[in-house]
Amino acid sequence: MSQHVIPQKVYYLVFVTLILLTLVTVDVAFYNFGFLNIYIAMGIATVKATIVALYFMHLRYNPRLTWLFAGAGILWLFIMFVLTIADYITR
Amino acid sequence: MSNTVHHSVVDRENDYIHAGYGLKSWLLTVDHKRIAILYLISITIFFFVGGFFAFLLRLELMTPAGDIVSAETYNKLFTMHGVVMIFFFLIPSIPAVLGNFLVPLMIGAKDLAFPKLNLMSWYVYNIGGIFALYALVNGGVDTGWTFYTPYSSTYSLSNVVPVVIGAFILGFSSILTALNFIVTIHKMRAPGLTWFKLPLFIWASYATSIITVLATPVIAITLCLLLFERLMGVGIFDPALGGDPILFQHLFWFYSHPAVYIMIIPSMGVISEVVTCFARKRIFGYKFMAYAIMAIAIFGFLVWGHHMFISGQSVYAGFVFSALSFMVAIPSAIKVFNWTATLYKGHIEFRTPILYAFGFIGLFTIGGLTGLFLASLATDVHLTDTYFVVAHFHYIMVGGAVMGYLGGIHFWWPKMTGRMYNEAWAKFSALILFVGFNLTFFPQFVLGYLGMPRRYYIYPDEFQVLNVLSTAGATILGLGYIIPMVYLLWSLRKEKNVGTNPWGATGLEWTTQSPPITHNFEKTPVVTGEPYVYQEEEKVVE
Amino acid sequence: MSNNSDSAVGHAHHFTDMDQQREASTLGMWTFLVTEIMFFGGLFVAYALYRSMYPEAFAEASLRLNLLLGAINTGVLICSSLTMVLAVRDAQSGKVKGLVRYLIATIVLGSAFLVIKAFEYSHKIHEHLIPGSSFQFAGPFGQQAEMFFSLYFMMTGLHAIHMIIGIGVLSVLLYQAKRGRFTAEYYSPIDVAGLYWHFVDVVWIYLFPLLYLVSRH
Repeated sequence: MSQHVIPQKVYYLVFVTLILLTLVTVDVAFYNFGFLNIYIAMGIATVKATIVALYFMHLRYNPRLTWLFAGAGILWLFIMFVLTIADYITR
Repeated sequence: MSNTVHHSVVDRENDYIHAGYGLKSWLLTVDHKRIAILYLISITIFFFVGGFFAFLLRLELMTPAGDIVSAETYNKLFTMHGVVMIFFFLIPSIPAVLGNFLVPLMIGAKDLAFPKLNLMSWYVYNIGGIFALYALVNGGVDTGWTFYTPYSSTYSLSNVVPVVIGAFILGFSSILTALNFIVTIHKMRAPGLTWFKLPLFIWASYATSIITVLATPVIAITLCLLLFERLMGVGIFDPALGGDPILFQHLFWFYSHPAVYIMIIPSMGVISEVVTCFARKRIFGYKFMAYAIMAIAIFGFLVWGHHMFISGQSVYAGFVFSALSFMVAIPSAIKVFNWTATLYKGHIEFRTPILYAFGFIGLFTIGGLTGLFLASLATDVHLTDTYFVVAHFHYIMVGGAVMGYLGGIHFWWPKMTGRMYNEAWAKFSALILFVGFNLTFFPQFVLGYLGMPRRYYIYPDEFQVLNVLSTAGATILGLGYIIPMVYLLWSLRKEKNVGTNPWGATGLEWTTQSPPITHNFEKTPVVTGEPYVYQEEEKVVE
Repeated sequence: MSNNSDSAVGHAHHFTDMDQQREASTLGMWTFLVTEIMFFGGLFVAYALYRSMYPEAFAEASLRLNLLLGAINTGVLICSSLTMVLAVRDAQSGKVKGLVRYLIATIVLGSAFLVIKAFEYSHKIHEHLIPGSSFQFAGPFGQQAEMFFSLYFMMTGLHAIHMIIGIGVLSVLLYQAKRGRFTAEYYSPIDVAGLYWHFVDVVWIYLFPLLYLVSRH
């Protein structure tokens, strides 16, 4: 649990990173990398989301059980994506 | 939520039923046991509403012609039968009634982790129920319980909106209960009660809750999209607007196939408790049973496409879903073998609950094996949308889930009420149910194999004999549901209390008085031994 | 969700101690967030499917969204997450004044997000980009662009509803915080609300590139 208090500096650092990454994602959107565009955008978003989860949501300081729950949510989303999209790309 | 937790001093003479009097003490209760009773009442009402529709359906199908209801009414009858039975009876049945009552008792906790959320879930359930009943009174709905688009979103003239809203709201009720169970089982087990000392009913409730939490939100968003499509002309699933109706089926079955396991896994938990108790033996392969439950819960998410073999889904996806579907048979078979092995050389006492357990094991096996026919692509093309499918899922849902539910009610009735029902009547009605059930649904396997399609109100003359048999069976089955209502309620008149442990069962719930006190245990129990220690020395509980 | 709001002084009767109660609340919220992942997940699947089916239409329709406002809103949400986490931090150390101040800041930022969003929506109404009979989109991809806007409004609308709920919850907590309900021992409602708030932020972190940045090159 988030029992121990984390230094404010960490939060500000995370904040600055998030703002920077937002600027980066807007900026790279103006260059064309072909089919990579979506992967770059989603990659940056995932880095941002991970930082938010680890620090703002204290996942980093949580027991493994919380990791398991968060992981299960993502894994099941992945199952839904893959099996549904698999149908469409093999038609 | 208002502040209603009463820190009242527990009266040692009293139990949870006498902890308060008057309607308000029930409607504002946060005691998991009282909420279980509230659920029992709501669910029983919906069961008989859904049963009434089934009765009308079978009545219509007695003759080949459509002589009682019109085609439109028939469509509405089978839809409302499905909606009520699945969403308002089967899904909440065991978790909300037996689970609510037993989960804290079995793990030695005073209550569920979030008692107010628990009460809220009952209200949410009833609000959803009101929407469904409103639709019913207002003329019903005719889309089938699956609400397939674009019929449901564009063409149907019936009350799709209120029913869909009802099902949407109901989903939150299941989620709240499941969330409560998950947290409770993780965080509130009695000292010493490690995971592999948990009763299998707890494992089953946990697996069910995991499925509920992961699957139910998907149906919620799907129904949400359906509502927007119907009300505002948004075209997510409408081919005329560039949408894909098969996407609806994917999202729908992503929930609704796991929902089958939401209905059957709790029954498996109940049967495990009952079998080991009346065989007077430890459960065979305890760890395998626990793993098998979790495996069913997880595999259940990978097979939804087998409902869509002829929908226009890619054949390659069909192959994969078919192969994955066979995998579910493995843990299911493990369970059946282990129950059988538990019974083998046991000192079986033929009391009422185990008769239901026998019924469950036999009927579930038939239902499961016929499921393999449907999981095979080739035979499924022949059998899809015939009565074979109807018979198959009724063997699982009624022969499995309902038998388990009734078996559980009979097993824990003395704990819930402190009274014992008349066992002669109870055994008689268990027998009636078994006979009536098979007479109703076995002919439907044959009908389906011969090609009678489901969801038609008329049929060719040559199918009449089997249909009459089925209707006759349904009448017997209906009787088998009414008799327990009578003797169970009658048992409440008795003065005599059955005592703490009338069956001589193991498990923490049998160590506290019947009915239990509001906080369940006088002293928090400490668990030191394995579960299901029959034959050997009694489980040590302090 | 104030599950255990009856425990300003000690833990609720059915828990053994404060630790158990706090762990239960946190785990409960994470479980709830898993349901939220799957809830939004259905929409994301639909989005992925239709974007891969109609790439040109999505690219063209996306250009009609206001990138500047979307980017500002992303910044606003990130700021609100910062103030939220600082509110939790002050709650942990029992600094009620700071807690109240940061909660107010979070509510203000959340509301600012909604105001900007409302501004964007009203523009879309003027431009006839609301799906339905009045929808107008010039060019060869009219109908497919409508699909983009259907998803746009469903996704951002659902997100906005979550924001509104979040602001409501925070307002209740603010009221309670002012009355001194939270201490360094008992602050799990703040902690749990914070988890929810950050989750809503995470959803937006994905929505922003998916909706606004389809093809800006």
